[in-house]
Amino acid sequence: MKHWFCLAVLALAGSAQAQSIAVPPLMSKSDMAKLNYDLQPRQIAEGTWVIEGEVADFSRANGCNIINTAFIATGAGVVVINTGPSRLYGEQQRRAIERLTREPVMRVIELNLHPDYFFGNQAWADRPTQALAGSISGMQAEGTVYADNLYRLCGDWMRGTESTPAREAVMPQTLQLGQHRLELRRLHGHTADDLVLLDHRTGVLFAGGLVFAERVPTTPHADFGAWLASLDTLEQLIASGAVKQVVPSHGPVHTGLAGVQQTRDWLQWLTTLMQTSAERGLDLGEVLGTPVPERFKRWAAQPAELHRSLTQWYPRYEQRVLAAPGAR
Amino acid sequence: MSPFIQRRHVLGSGLLAALLPAALRAQDDQTGGDPLGSMQYPSLREQTIGKAMARFSDAVMVKGPAFADDAMNVPLLVDARGLNNVGGGVARIRVAVDRNPVRQVLDFEPLRALPMLAFRIRMEQASPVRAFVQTRDGQWHVGSTWVQAAGGGCTVPGLTRADGSWSKTLGQVQARFFNNVLEGSRRLRVRVMHPMDTGLVAGIPAFYIEDLQLLDSTGQAWWKLALHEPVSENPLITFELPPQAVPGLRLIGRDNNGNRIDAEVGV
Repeated sequence: MKHWFCLAVLALAGSAQAQSIAVPPLMSKSDMAKLNYDLQPRQIAEGTWVIEGEVADFSRANGCNIINTAFIATGAGVVVINTGPSRLYGEQQRRAIERLTREPVMRVIELNLHPDYFFGNQAWADRPTQALAGSISGMQAEGTVYADNLYRLCGDWMRGTESTPAREAVMPQTLQLGQHRLELRRLHGHTADDLVLLDHRTGVLFAGGLVFAERVPTTPHADFGAWLASLDTLEQLIASGAVKQVVPSHGPVHTGLAGVQQTRDWLQWLTTLMQTSAERGLDLGEVLGTPVPERFKRWAAQPAELHRSLTQWYPRYEQRVLAAPGAR
Repeated sequence: MSPFIQRRHVLGSGLLAALLPAALRAQDDQTGGDPLGSMQYPSLREQTIGKAMARFSDAVMVKGPAFADDAMNVPLLVDARGLNNVGGGVARIRVAVDRNPVRQVLDFEPLRALPMLAFRIRMEQASPVRAFVQTRDGQWHVGSTWVQAAGGGCTVPGLTRADGSWSKTLGQVQARFFNNVLEGSRRLRVRVMHPMDTGLVAGIPAFYIEDLQLLDSTGQAWWKLALHEPVSENPLITFELPPQAVPGLRLIGRDNNGNRIDAEVGV
């Protein structure tokens, strides 16, 4: 019975193999000498702009600007979503927003605890910075480690950056701001607290770290089972017609289910690889050499992100197999 | 500089190198001929194998990750099967790291196992990793790889040391056989619970497994392994044994504080 179930799941996964999503050329041309991210907000819906990061891994050349941040001018103030990887980013983001709208920024929302979601917060010290309570505790606990890592990876772009967690816990709720009805939902799996924001006025879904597009998902705080369940929830939401565009935190803005499917396809492939490799008795060093299937090869941050995921998670699969009673 | 002179200059230096006696060039080379160009190589070799010479050899494969994402658990594969028909076969494998504060990693006598091993180590910084392999005729052969790392792996406490849980599991053994990962071979994976403290974290003295061996019921050793501080916490080590199942195998060992390890290894 169990066997049958596995086969059915595999068959489904095979048929639902994700389509590719076009990655538009990056509008920002970051300038390392001037430490200028050249942030170029792009309007994607009424009152709604995204500032797209490079679909890539962190690097000095891209200023570690690999995240999509966004803002919504609701008519009753601006809501900013995510503040980028550094103090400098936050400052330049704020200037870019103030160039485009005279509405005051009313609140800044961070969708999870990862550094590029909140390291620009120093630029927003005079505004309410908000995240789910669990995300805030995570930011407080891990901020200095994030800072060490980003200073090492990004160098001068990080000048003056100090981890500054969001100050206000936000509850899942629906906010009516001007003409915009913003639904905040708490899902989990990419991290323990993944905030998702759906603007019912425009149909733009800010999916945070639950959806990756054309980029290998990051998994430092992943709960794979919960993540897959959250993707099902997002799929239902998108299929219901309430969503017209999906803004992932990493990867191109897109329509439909492609991003959800890509993320699901990857997580299923990755967890199956770890489980079967552990049962066969492979060592981590051998699993790191696994060739990536063709459909994932073009994705950004490949294979570095795969190696990070395997290095962190594969030992647990090995340990489970070694600890299993009735060793062969 | 005109193109002509530039060219003559290049030609000239090439000629000079060709005319110098090989021995003189080797003396000039402070890396001891290391293909990875590490100045630490000559002293590492001396520390590892004494005054003996070692030949750089593609028959010794050392494989690590391109980048050590977890500097406390850097997976290494060493495979010296390429020397099975050289000098009477492999007698021992010594693994060492040029730029670790503690450079010796382990010393493996394969005996009845294949001359290959998978394990994890701590790395303090990016470094070449070496396997010095001695064949039965006494010759040393060395294989290397370069591992990039953000580092810091040797000077922070391991997880079970940090949370204090190591004392509850000290010396526990998990062992399991896997058939046919390599054709015609039986893989044994062994995990021994031990904090493997490097002695480089303030207030925590070096505390690590020194010896491990696999014995059969007649007391014959199937392989012997000496470990040093850089081997990762709760070492997980992978061996390749002959395909027939052997009853009565035991894993025997001890750490540098005299704690004994003694566990049955099921068929």
